[in-house]
Amino acid sequence: MGARIEFVDVSLRFPRAARPAVDACSFCIEPGELIVLLGASGCGKTTLLKMINRLYEPSSGRILIDGVDSREYPLIELRQRIGYVIQQLGLFPHMTVAQNIGIVPRLLQWPRERIQARVDELLHLIQLPPEEFRHRFPDQLSGGQQQRVGLARALAADPGLLLMDEPFGAIDAITRSSLQEELLRLQQRLRKTIVFVSHDVEEALLLADRIMVMQAGKIVQFDTPFQIVTQPANAFVRDLLGTDDMVRHLGLLRVKSAMLNLDPTLIHPKEAPTISSEDTLRRALSLLLRSGAPRLTVLESDRPIGILTLERIRDLTSMGSGA
Amino acid sequence: MSYILAHTGLVLELMGQHLEMTLLTLGMAIGIAVPLGLFLHRIPVLAVPVMGLLGLLYTIPSLALIILLVPIFGLSRLAVVVAMVIYSQVILVRHVLVGLDSIKLTLLEAAAGMGMNAWQCWWWIQVPLSLPIVLAGVRLAAIVAVAVATVGAKFGAGGLGTLLFEGIAQAGRADKLWAGAIAVGSLALVLNTLLLGLEWAVKPGRWLWVPQPLRRLIWGGSPDKICSRS
Repeated sequence: MGARIEFVDVSLRFPRAARPAVDACSFCIEPGELIVLLGASGCGKTTLLKMINRLYEPSSGRILIDGVDSREYPLIELRQRIGYVIQQLGLFPHMTVAQNIGIVPRLLQWPRERIQARVDELLHLIQLPPEEFRHRFPDQLSGGQQQRVGLARALAADPGLLLMDEPFGAIDAITRSSLQEELLRLQQRLRKTIVFVSHDVEEALLLADRIMVMQAGKIVQFDTPFQIVTQPANAFVRDLLGTDDMVRHLGLLRVKSAMLNLDPTLIHPKEAPTISSEDTLRRALSLLLRSGAPRLTVLESDRPIGILTLERIRDLTSMGSGA
Repeated sequence: MSYILAHTGLVLELMGQHLEMTLLTLGMAIGIAVPLGLFLHRIPVLAVPVMGLLGLLYTIPSLALIILLVPIFGLSRLAVVVAMVIYSQVILVRHVLVGLDSIKLTLLEAAAGMGMNAWQCWWWIQVPLSLPIVLAGVRLAAIVAVAVATVGAKFGAGGLGTLLFEGIAQAGRADKLWAGAIAVGSLALVLNTLLLGLEWAVKPGRWLWVPQPLRRLIWGGSPDKICSRS
């Protein structure tokens, strides 16, 4: 379903820049992963993102998409196969919601009826009733609705890869968290490969399967939220994540990121309280404390997939505080 | 006023000539200004000197400019029309530039990022979004053209200027002066109103006036009815 991306020693130096905007980056993103590029502004995260759909071309190195050098794809075709979401300014103000969503299918010359059906399907998916929203213009939508339309537009031609450039940056906190929940819900269903740029640590911890922390064009650490919180690679990562406030992080990290994977046949779900893999560690902790049980059984789609112990959570907090 | 009523046929004929010159000018001027504006938009370093030059040309009095052009184009309507085209450039090119600049860069990047080619970017995004501003320029240029075209009568181009110049030349024919002035004024007013209406109609989200076949032509197989705004 999702695409696989590989960067091989990729650098980009803008003319007359003192240092490369992206400096010798190598990494792999597996199909279906949600990666958050995290860093302060100017660290090269957006530049790196834009090299994937070739809005920028690397000065050196190779970018492979599904094993093929991205330069071997025809440029237009490559871009039509990659969903692209930017801040809400990216919707075209002179087109209706339906037209905005239908752009890439139209570029791909889908027949009219197929485009219409797809637009309605996507509007259902983002929970905006088509009858009500199809003909609206972007300025008749709230910020959150605009952003959801932006997401639907990127999904229109069912791309295997989504690039999201601080999509929720300009949105109020309450709407943002509901959009984040919605993205997670969609991702559970769609399993796209998503590369998501953010400068918001909490957003990164909440959304990411893996977080790539960047500083001055270099990748400082590329690991799961759990690993980044418990074992920050250096003082920069520790400061960025503000690793001291563990209770807050427990409210953001998902159970999935801390659990021990086990062979399902070894787990007896009846022995321990159960918790969903998508729940937060804070809920897991409170469940552990409340029930007094030694461990929790982690469920995904009602199937046991792992366990979580109090020791595991304690490790997390003690390591994170740098003790 | 009584002159207009008494010589309706003549006034209408002159007005027709006047309008013809104006429209011819607008057609040619837009044909030059749009590509020039696009070119200058792509190469902004050239914009300052070129706009300076066009501004300079605009300051030459119309009578003098036409006289300069007569040796090249002869004593004809063409010399007048070319002069009008030159005048309108500073207005039109400026508006094309402002129109294109008013489009947020993020929108164009989004368009490119979604896989639009340069032509689709231009036709689907840049044209409709800059159209209201460009049309405001066309409206200004049309008024200027109507005004300059009156001078054309001196150079055998006909038009409502004929009445004005005759009114000046012949003693006691203030009625011709009045008739000419009223006719030029009304022509300018009508053109202005029509173009203002067009400007209003093309504002984003107001595509109501575009008939279905034209819409199809412009937008290709659009995903939905373009206009019906709920």
